[in-house]
Amino acid sequence: MAMAEGHKSGAGRYMVVYILILAIAALQFVIAYSNITGPQMFARMLILAVVEAALALLFFMHLSDNHGLLWFVVIFTGFVLLAMQYGWTDSFRELLGAPWAKVGS
Amino acid sequence: MSHADTMGGHAGLMEKPAFSVPAKKMAMWLFIIADSATFAGCLVAYGFLRNATPDWPRPFHSIVNVAIMTFILITSSLTMLFAIDAAKAGDKARAFRWTLITAAAGALFALLHIREWLGLIGEGMTLLKNPWGTGLFGAAFFSITGLHLLHVTCGVIALVAVGIRYQGGRYNADDLEITGLYWHFVDLVWMFVVPLIYLLNLGH
Repeated sequence: MAMAEGHKSGAGRYMVVYILILAIAALQFVIAYSNITGPQMFARMLILAVVEAALALLFFMHLSDNHGLLWFVVIFTGFVLLAMQYGWTDSFRELLGAPWAKVGS
Repeated sequence: MSHADTMGGHAGLMEKPAFSVPAKKMAMWLFIIADSATFAGCLVAYGFLRNATPDWPRPFHSIVNVAIMTFILITSSLTMLFAIDAAKAGDKARAFRWTLITAAAGALFALLHIREWLGLIGEGMTLLKNPWGTGLFGAAFFSITGLHLLHVTCGVIALVAVGIRYQGGRYNADDLEITGLYWHFVDLVWMFVVPLIYLLNLGH
């Protein structure tokens, strides 16, 4: 029972992170009804989703306890995710005939 | 004679695991990294289509269902943590109970999701067409939410199977924790699906 003796409950920390994630999720729903442009809404929601995911990764999936694994996951996944952004210019080109969104075009 | 020689060339087997993480747990992390690339690929492709399609539909008029589903899934992550905590404390009965509660929350999420799908199908939405705009929307919506729903369903089955084997003494707290990693990942993906698929397609 060495594990049982050495184990320390993280229930308090889990509750705090849970409430934070719920609050951020609620904020996304509020933003959905706010009177802002599509790109602004997209950016705000994506930033909040990244914060939510970071909280889940660090505290629910315990990456905060293993910095080596944390960097492995962040660098490896981050590289793949960044590489996927290659095609965005084409989606604007299909719509506007130009590689980037132009205001008033 | 060196230590490596006495090991018959198998000295590498005695090395510490990468990042001091047990092999089973590392395998789950590698699966999660690979699966996150799958979901990211789907979401980026969806974003590409949405950005390049002028008549993209915005069919969602109520956020109540998706809000309830989100609450259930995030809460199920918390109950999973309680299960792992109890397992590591050696309290088998409590760990099993929290694992079943987590699985039940996942099953409820899946049922709500299917009910939502049936509602949209009832309004005339299929993989190839819908009454509101480009037919690409149905393909994107059902593919991405379907892939997530498949993950939730597999997660529920895994939770029940691992929970029963843990209760029976065949699996230990580490096995429950590894299943928990998968469950948290399913929750994490939903955090991106909700804003991108639902909230940005809210009809005002």
